[in-house]
Amino acid sequence: MTTPANLKYTKLHEWVKEEVDGSVTVGITHHAQEMLGDLVFVEAPTVGRQVKQGEECAVVESVKAAADVYAPLSGEVLAVNPELAGAPEMINADAYAAWIFKLKPNSPAEFGGLLDAAAYQTIADAEQH
Amino acid sequence: MTALKTTPLNAIHREMSARMVDFGGWDMPLHYGSQLEEHHMVRRDSGMFDVAHMSVVDLHGANTRDFLRTLLANDVAKLKMPGRALYSCMLNEAGGVIDDLIVYFIAENHFRLVINAGTTDKDLAWLRRHAPKFGMVVQHRIDLGILAVQGPQARVKVLALLSPDLSQAAAVLKPFNAAWSGEYFVGRTGYTGEDGFELILPAGELESIWKQLFAASVRPCGLGARDTLRLEAGMNLYGQDMDESTTPLETGLIWTVALDASRDFFGKSALLNAVPARHAVGLVLRDKGVMRGHQMVTTAHGDGEITSGGFGPTLEHSIALARVPLAVAPGDQVSVEVRGKNLRAQVVKPPFVRSGEVLVNIQ
Repeated sequence: MTTPANLKYTKLHEWVKEEVDGSVTVGITHHAQEMLGDLVFVEAPTVGRQVKQGEECAVVESVKAAADVYAPLSGEVLAVNPELAGAPEMINADAYAAWIFKLKPNSPAEFGGLLDAAAYQTIADAEQH
Repeated sequence: MTALKTTPLNAIHREMSARMVDFGGWDMPLHYGSQLEEHHMVRRDSGMFDVAHMSVVDLHGANTRDFLRTLLANDVAKLKMPGRALYSCMLNEAGGVIDDLIVYFIAENHFRLVINAGTTDKDLAWLRRHAPKFGMVVQHRIDLGILAVQGPQARVKVLALLSPDLSQAAAVLKPFNAAWSGEYFVGRTGYTGEDGFELILPAGELESIWKQLFAASVRPCGLGARDTLRLEAGMNLYGQDMDESTTPLETGLIWTVALDASRDFFGKSALLNAVPARHAVGLVLRDKGVMRGHQMVTTAHGDGEITSGGFGPTLEHSIALARVPLAVAPGDQVSVEVRGKNLRAQVVKPPFVRSGEVLVNIQ
């Protein structure tokens, strides 16, 4: 699967989509779900929580392991994907459609520090050994 | 870095787009796309596992039975007819588990062991250390490979591929019995809680049999599904649920230890003198989350530890095997520290699943 060019990324395998209203939508990348294997549980953050960039914010658990999802930007959690609680496998099916949470970013400057698709792809490829 | 060891099926795993992992120095398939689907196929139909990393050891000599009665905690005197198999631990003097294995009675001067991959070197050293006294020949059969075919449809699909004479003999095998023809060996055993066979074949024949089974819609399954299946079946994994620091009494294997007075065996006196403080139980998680190995269990009788934990795909709940104080019993509520949170779990008696059926209350 190609890494969508319209998204931004972190080196810890989150994708970030900038919405027209200034909020951002966050999920984990295709590469991340592939490394984890079948997902069986998603623990989303509490709506209203203030998170700092890089802070552990959600947990995705697969048949194999648990992985933290980190806040790609500082801000307030606006919403969590209600469908994932009953169907975590949606992330395996389409990692870029199955968003985990939405944030209202505090600092637009942080957004500029995220990776573009090509830079993220380089990191993912290096891990594929 | 040393190169990973490979089984004769390595090329075909890669051809089938398996996700390969380093499993104790072996390059093995974790899954071929979806571990969950592979798990469900074994419960509902049939799946096959490359377990050629495990070792076959043939023991030859007139005193083979005496040798094994001295080395194994279970008693091969129970094996009265050729073809019968027995699950046993092999213990050190302190009663610690060197390995768990299956022993097959082939002839009075020939028994066969199937032992774990990661323990092969030390097992062989232990067997060979004690072999001379019994005049034994210990033969590591690296020329053979093991394939597990498991699930309610597994036996039918295997039987169709065997030679007529072997197929006929294998068709009437009871659980924990084996039949063979030349170097084709079929045991009605497994590590999934489902019916099925484990095939021991010349290494060069594995790929052809794998392809024929695949053509018969037997699903290739990786070590991931093997682990969730055995966990649901309540079966121990060596190195995780037990090792040389645990005795069979602490890990739910007391039923495999024959402590009667008729014989002595390595570890017996240690077991007779030991008063185990802990025992193995099953846990079903009541809260949302997934239990994992090494997490701490808090009970009304003291602390314990998860030895194997994960998500049980058939139960759709997280389950675990745990070592807890002796007073903890099925029905008790305990708490498990999962990623900094204390989650509620219920103590149950394994297995969780057998022959496709859920045996524990998960509500």
